[in-house]
Amino acid sequence: MIEQFKEWYINRHAYAKQWKERTGGKVIGTFCTYVPEEILVAANMLPARILGSHEPQDVTEPHIFGMFCPFCRDSLAQGLKGRFNYLDGVVLAHSCIHFRQTFNSWRIHLPVEFAYYIPMPNTAQTPHAPAYHRAEVDKFKKAIEEYAGRPIAEQDLDRGIEILNRNRRLLRKAYEHRKLDNPPLTGEEAMYMAVTSQFIDKEEHSNLLEAVLKELPQRKLPRDAGIRLMAVGSENDDAEFFKMVENVGGTVVIDEQCAGSRYFWNESVPNGDRLAAIANRYLDRPACPVKDYPAHSRFQHVLNLAKDYRAQGAIIMQEKFCDPHEGDNPRLKKYLEENGIPTLSLEFDSTNPLGPFRIRVEAFLETIRGEELF
Amino acid sequence: MATLTKYPTAPLKCWPKAKEIRQQYYKDYAEAHDRGGIRWSGGAWAFDAVPMGLGDDVHVMTGEPYAASIAWDRKFAQECQDATDAKGWARDLCSYMRIYWGSMYLNRFFFGGEFPKPDFYYQSQICCSHSKWDQEASLYEKVPYFCVDVCVGPYETLDESRLNYVVNQLHDSIAGMEKATGRKYDDEKLIAAVHNECRSTSLWAEICTLNKAVPAPLDEKTMFSLYVLATLQRSSKQVADYYEELRDEVKDRVARGIAAVPYERCRIITDTQPPWGFLKIYRYMEQFGVVSVGSVYTFGLEGIFAEQEDGSWGPRKTPQQLGIKIKNRDEALRVTADWNLSRPCWQHFYDPRIKTRMMLKMVNEWKLNGVILHLNRGCEGLTVGSMENRLGLIEAGVPVMTYEGNMADEKEFDERRTTSRIESFMETLGLKQIPEAAVAHAA
Ligand code: SF4
Ligand code: SF4
Repeated sequence: MIEQFKEWYINRHAYAKQWKERTGGKVIGTFCTYVPEEILVAANMLPARILGSHEPQDVTEPHIFGMFCPFCRDSLAQGLKGRFNYLDGVVLAHSCIHFRQTFNSWRIHLPVEFAYYIPMPNTAQTPHAPAYHRAEVDKFKKAIEEYAGRPIAEQDLDRGIEILNRNRRLLRKAYEHRKLDNPPLTGEEAMYMAVTSQFIDKEEHSNLLEAVLKELPQRKLPRDAGIRLMAVGSENDDAEFFKMVENVGGTVVIDEQCAGSRYFWNESVPNGDRLAAIANRYLDRPACPVKDYPAHSRFQHVLNLAKDYRAQGAIIMQEKFCDPHEGDNPRLKKYLEENGIPTLSLEFDSTNPLGPFRIRVEAFLETIRGEELF
Repeated sequence: MATLTKYPTAPLKCWPKAKEIRQQYYKDYAEAHDRGGIRWSGGAWAFDAVPMGLGDDVHVMTGEPYAASIAWDRKFAQECQDATDAKGWARDLCSYMRIYWGSMYLNRFFFGGEFPKPDFYYQSQICCSHSKWDQEASLYEKVPYFCVDVCVGPYETLDESRLNYVVNQLHDSIAGMEKATGRKYDDEKLIAAVHNECRSTSLWAEICTLNKAVPAPLDEKTMFSLYVLATLQRSSKQVADYYEELRDEVKDRVARGIAAVPYERCRIITDTQPPWGFLKIYRYMEQFGVVSVGSVYTFGLEGIFAEQEDGSWGPRKTPQQLGIKIKNRDEALRVTADWNLSRPCWQHFYDPRIKTRMMLKMVNEWKLNGVILHLNRGCEGLTVGSMENRLGLIEAGVPVMTYEGNMADEKEFDERRTTSRIESFMETLGLKQIPEAAVAHAA
């Protein structure tokens, strides 16, 4: 049953097309993980996150200069190659400048009925962010109402919030199982599980999660967990990498990435003002480094995760040219190491040299094993 | 472009004064503590009028122009970047930031002595590197850090709630500065600083507008040394007064037909910071009779423009020119927030089409023959969207050339390759080297 997540991951475009046919609803491409999806779900739309495909490509050069992160270029390539030709609209909530280019080139060159930019706070830590962001979520809601041609009622918002929250709760429950000595799911499987929630109909995804959660307590993997690892860093859904790590004696037991836990970690807390609840949820979530200042609020969260999941080491996965993460990593590395979590830093492109990575991962695991002996 | 005219040229009379102001600025910063004054550091886009309310002895050193000064000294620039690399930072990060950090880590001030530790960092956040730059610097120096987020979308969509978000953060930053320095804030000083800020940046826009004249009274290479004053401290009276003097002199040059480049026959603009160690590429272009009359960067990094009554691009009217009296702190903060949010160089962060529109305005009004875009690996903030600008210009029929480089890391600039690209571009524009210009250049 858990294989269904992988199936969805591989066939995400076919899924979205079928969803459209089946429901007659609109599919909206979301850029980064700060788009308040509750509004889209409340309007019966399918939010589908724009991701890359980890294949070599040569179509983005005229649009985005090669000094910007491979993820933003790989993602645009998917649009330019027509793989997302079923999208009715696209939405970006303000994040890093790299990915904003993907959104801009998309809305300039690819035909969509609806393109919306949400200027959300980057200083998520200021006490003035909630009022401002609430106003922006409200504007976004109005834009969606206009596009959909019908108002979004309070009950719709409640439904949107609950559908999202349920999915988040279930993902966290599934992650709980990764705390076990012998986790019943691998890091690769967990990655498919988490990232598919970003483009599969949330209710359908939650239903599958519930079924999987019933099975997990009995599930035994025919493998030894080996060294428990944490994956931390930029966007990463490179399944081949996870597979390789888990073939050489490690298991990724937790992640702090936007393709994983950063996306679903916290819920909207209903407080009477529904839009404020939605807005605050995105301000309070584990921050992408682009929104993490003046304090490094993220560091403590990363360490807590490492401790809760008993990670013996952390792989810092750095997307090449990703300034937000590059601006955190040296201090994050030091912080983790000072707190007893050894780290391995790797720089990722959209396609990666698995051979050299394997050698470095093996050496890293060896070091950790060595430390275990003494 | 057919006949060769030689225009009269003359050095700028107020040139040496710009140099003096710049020297004094770094000296004042270094010595501020000796006189019991306050030092702050941060970005050239920080709301620099705001700390002025702390007193007349508050001195600033903005990071970008400081790093750009170092970039001229390729050896020290390299040492600084090596020091930053050694701390584990990625080599592709903003090269100004890497140089600034390096100078801080090495504890070496470019203008002599130890790196002067500020009392606090003050920054505005629009480029991903802004917030990280001073986050690291403040942690390293163990001083407070105030960062004002200006991510509220393009100016053309500004509304009350977006403006309030910025203004409220500015209010908080004042409270933070008072706490950090133990000083009482003076609103009158803030109001005066905001007026000066508006005056200096509107005047700079007016000076850039005077460059619509043929021949251009200023070339971009000269403008680099002039716009920089606004990046140092646009809210200072001295800078605003200087720009008034400069405006008058440039007006006079236009009236007398004084050119920046004697054989001007082709006008272009460039984009982003140039590779500072290789400004000779501008001299090389002059041999073809090409003058770069500016860029969205030299104009709009600090110059504040607005559409004029006749639809053309020119200086935005200051509150004083509009008869607006700023009465209190809140009004002053609202003015400075609104003013800064209209900065031309902040608009492309949201949508490259806004910058393309500005460039096309420049093509028409500054009578340009082409555009050269620097794909600047050192500054992702100003290079963001450049490729879409290129496509937009090409679509409008404007000849465009691009070259890759880095404003401050010479390892990423290939001089020969760039020169030969320029040569081919000149050919496309139908230009050959002018022997007289080449002789003058060699001399
Ligand atoms: S956060 Fe980093 S990896 Fe993600 S889009 Fe931005 S630059 Fe790329
Ligand atoms: S990358 Fe450019 S815009 Fe960003 S901080 Fe550096 S110099 Fe400024």
